[in-house]
Amino acid sequence: MDAEHLNLIYLIIAAAVATFATRVGGYVLITQFKQIPPRLEAALNAVPAAVLTTLVAPAFVYGGFDVAASMFVAFAAGLRFSTLRMLLVGWVAVMVVRHLIL
Amino acid sequence: MDRNEFRQGLRGGFPIMVAASPFGALFGALAVDNGFTIADAVFMSAMVYAGASQMVGIELFGNNVQPWLVVLSVFAVNFRHVLYSASIARHIRHFTLVQKFFAFFLLIDPQYAESERRAEHGLPVSFSWYLGFGLVIYFPWLINTAIGAAFGQLIGDPKAIGLDVLLPIYFLGLVLGFRKRDRFLPVVAASSVASVAAMHFVGSPWHVSIGALAGVLLAACLPLEREPREMHAVEKGA
Repeated sequence: MDAEHLNLIYLIIAAAVATFATRVGGYVLITQFKQIPPRLEAALNAVPAAVLTTLVAPAFVYGGFDVAASMFVAFAAGLRFSTLRMLLVGWVAVMVVRHLIL
Repeated sequence: MDRNEFRQGLRGGFPIMVAASPFGALFGALAVDNGFTIADAVFMSAMVYAGASQMVGIELFGNNVQPWLVVLSVFAVNFRHVLYSASIARHIRHFTLVQKFFAFFLLIDPQYAESERRAEHGLPVSFSWYLGFGLVIYFPWLINTAIGAAFGQLIGDPKAIGLDVLLPIYFLGLVLGFRKRDRFLPVVAASSVASVAAMHFVGSPWHVSIGALAGVLLAACLPLEREPREMHAVEKGA
């Protein structure tokens, strides 16, 4: 294995350690508290929506008309159907927009 | 191990695995495109096991960005997992140390979301269920990475067949799953505005940490709405 490839392996291991640190870090921090204060609990309950929104909103705003339109259609579908059906509806929508409309 | 719980986990994780499969293949294809061998790509999927950050990592690597910045970006994209592991602590207190090790290793977005929902519905977050849910996603993730890396050229332009919208739509679906929680709308509004502004002024991947922080801080500052709710009746499906 040449030096450059070895560096890639080290890089992947470093990325893995960084990822594991994030996955255990919050637990280590939180177990220092004996009882979780109500405001901290409220903050923790907001975590999933807050984080996942950051992976959605910029794509909607900066992704272009095709992406925004299919996400909007998927959103409407997501209010009624399962995630898998929602993905399917969104996928069909983007294909229609890209190949038939634009 | 409780076989029944394990099987329930397998069944619960199955649709996630199906939804994640295109992304595993896409990662494999993009990794080879950025100078990885098939073995490298599978090694990264096996070790890091965090789709979005893997995509960011290979993208930066392919552009010859400094190694420390690649690792920092992976850390930033995955920073939300600090919040996950803090939040899930309440539900996995009964795991042994070794079980916790595996639990944290497998703690990806849907694993966290589903564990939270399970606890919210009053179902046990047993290690058997957790492992079944995790493994039915983990191993196919590796296989799909290998398939994508091997047949990357066949996929061609991911945009032409609409693969690129599946990731944000998938995350949108996860967001909608939490819409019955207290403060959902203000939190989503704050995180939307902050992440869009951060994307514009600071750039990726910091929009993730900045946007998330805005929503979480707002939730902590808003007046406390009510006492802890009673357990919901078990919902079917969802």
